[in-house]
Amino acid sequence: MPPDERLTVKFWGTRGSIPVAMTSAEVRRKLIAALLRASGRTLDTPEKAAVFLERELDFAVSHTFGGNSSCVEIVTGRRDYVLCDLGSGARVFGNDVLATRGPSGNTFHAFMSHPHWDHIMGFPFFMPAYTSGNRIRIYGCHADLEEAFRGQHGAPSFPVDFSRLPAAIEFVRLEPERDYEIAGLRVRPKLQHHGGDSYGYRFQVNDKVVVYSTDAEHKLDDLAEIRSFADFFRDADLVIFDSQYSLAETTSIKEDWGHSSNVVGLELCQMARAKRLCLYHHEPVSDDERIAALLAETRRLEEITRGDRRVEILAAFDGMEIVL
Amino acid sequence: MDLMQKRYADTVVLSPVGRIDHSTSEGFKAALAPYMARCAVGLDRVLLDFVSVEYISSVGLRVLMLASKQAKTQGGSLGVAALQPAVKEIFDISRFTMVLDVFPSVREGLARLSPPALAAFDAA
Repeated sequence: MPPDERLTVKFWGTRGSIPVAMTSAEVRRKLIAALLRASGRTLDTPEKAAVFLERELDFAVSHTFGGNSSCVEIVTGRRDYVLCDLGSGARVFGNDVLATRGPSGNTFHAFMSHPHWDHIMGFPFFMPAYTSGNRIRIYGCHADLEEAFRGQHGAPSFPVDFSRLPAAIEFVRLEPERDYEIAGLRVRPKLQHHGGDSYGYRFQVNDKVVVYSTDAEHKLDDLAEIRSFADFFRDADLVIFDSQYSLAETTSIKEDWGHSSNVVGLELCQMARAKRLCLYHHEPVSDDERIAALLAETRRLEEITRGDRRVEILAAFDGMEIVL
Repeated sequence: MDLMQKRYADTVVLSPVGRIDHSTSEGFKAALAPYMARCAVGLDRVLLDFVSVEYISSVGLRVLMLASKQAKTQGGSLGVAALQPAVKEIFDISRFTMVLDVFPSVREGLARLSPPALAAFDAA
């Protein structure tokens, strides 16, 4: 990336565990809320309506956080594409590539947190894999990563066998706690607590750092582990963090389920002096109002626990872009 | 961490002071342990008076969760009372108010945990 260009992070799938779709009842509820707020106003052009939506409606009324499972793009300014995970959001990403850059001649680098289904399920619907001339490199630390991808493509689960995909697909095994130079990025994987293990990634290009840390549970009484994650997040411009559960859940009924909370994410970012915390891997049960409330509560927690430095709090949504 | 202690009939009121975070939580846990060992059916009830607690982090909350689990396993009762506004917000945001017995004041906590303890408190 040239020094004068900025790093952009695009979210194509932000939901945890399983994709969800907004129901008709939820759409209706949003419309009723919006129409009530608009009563008495003259919104007779698309421009006026758009301004009203952006300025006067709460995010949870005018938008949705979305329902695709994990997929995040890191835009470096180079021609190659860089992705984290290939959940159902990868389908939308792949279609966008076809529409904007054409079907062939593209290279994709996908860093996999782990091969659980919600993180790989987008690949059978990732259209660039169906065109020769595309190159797809899938990186990860799991020995069985390729087996997981091939398995979901085979009978009886899917009609097109992996071996029939025309794109050039390679699996690249990485080792945790080692630095790699890939697609113009310095990349370091880190082992995380999750069923079957998961790996976070710290990406650095020039002076910008993005940490992708999803499907990770943090053992609060293991001070060495807490410190090692604070180091992993150190001075990051953006930490994308699994905040699927509440802290109470992760220490009680959902202990050892492999996920974390907004509270722990904030504490780690404060220890690490990270600039931004992005809540990610949203609980599928949560509707837009609930995720918006989680964001507001986390911002409030940051205010009342702030030391000498503010951490900006964001909640990821499908389609969100963060320019660093 | 030192815990000031007062007894009202069958209930022990413990008063931690300051911040319960990554640097103090082990001390808090160790100080709490002998009281939690007796927090059982037929023995003591425990009420934590949080009026002098300025901050509690996730690791401190986990100590409370473990204490609560121990109390339940032993048939005992554990409550937390008199949270400062900022600490109350931390309890709310972390959803600990949904899994622990939290009371606005020590008196209200004693009223719920043990009528004899409330009588002793009012008589003191």
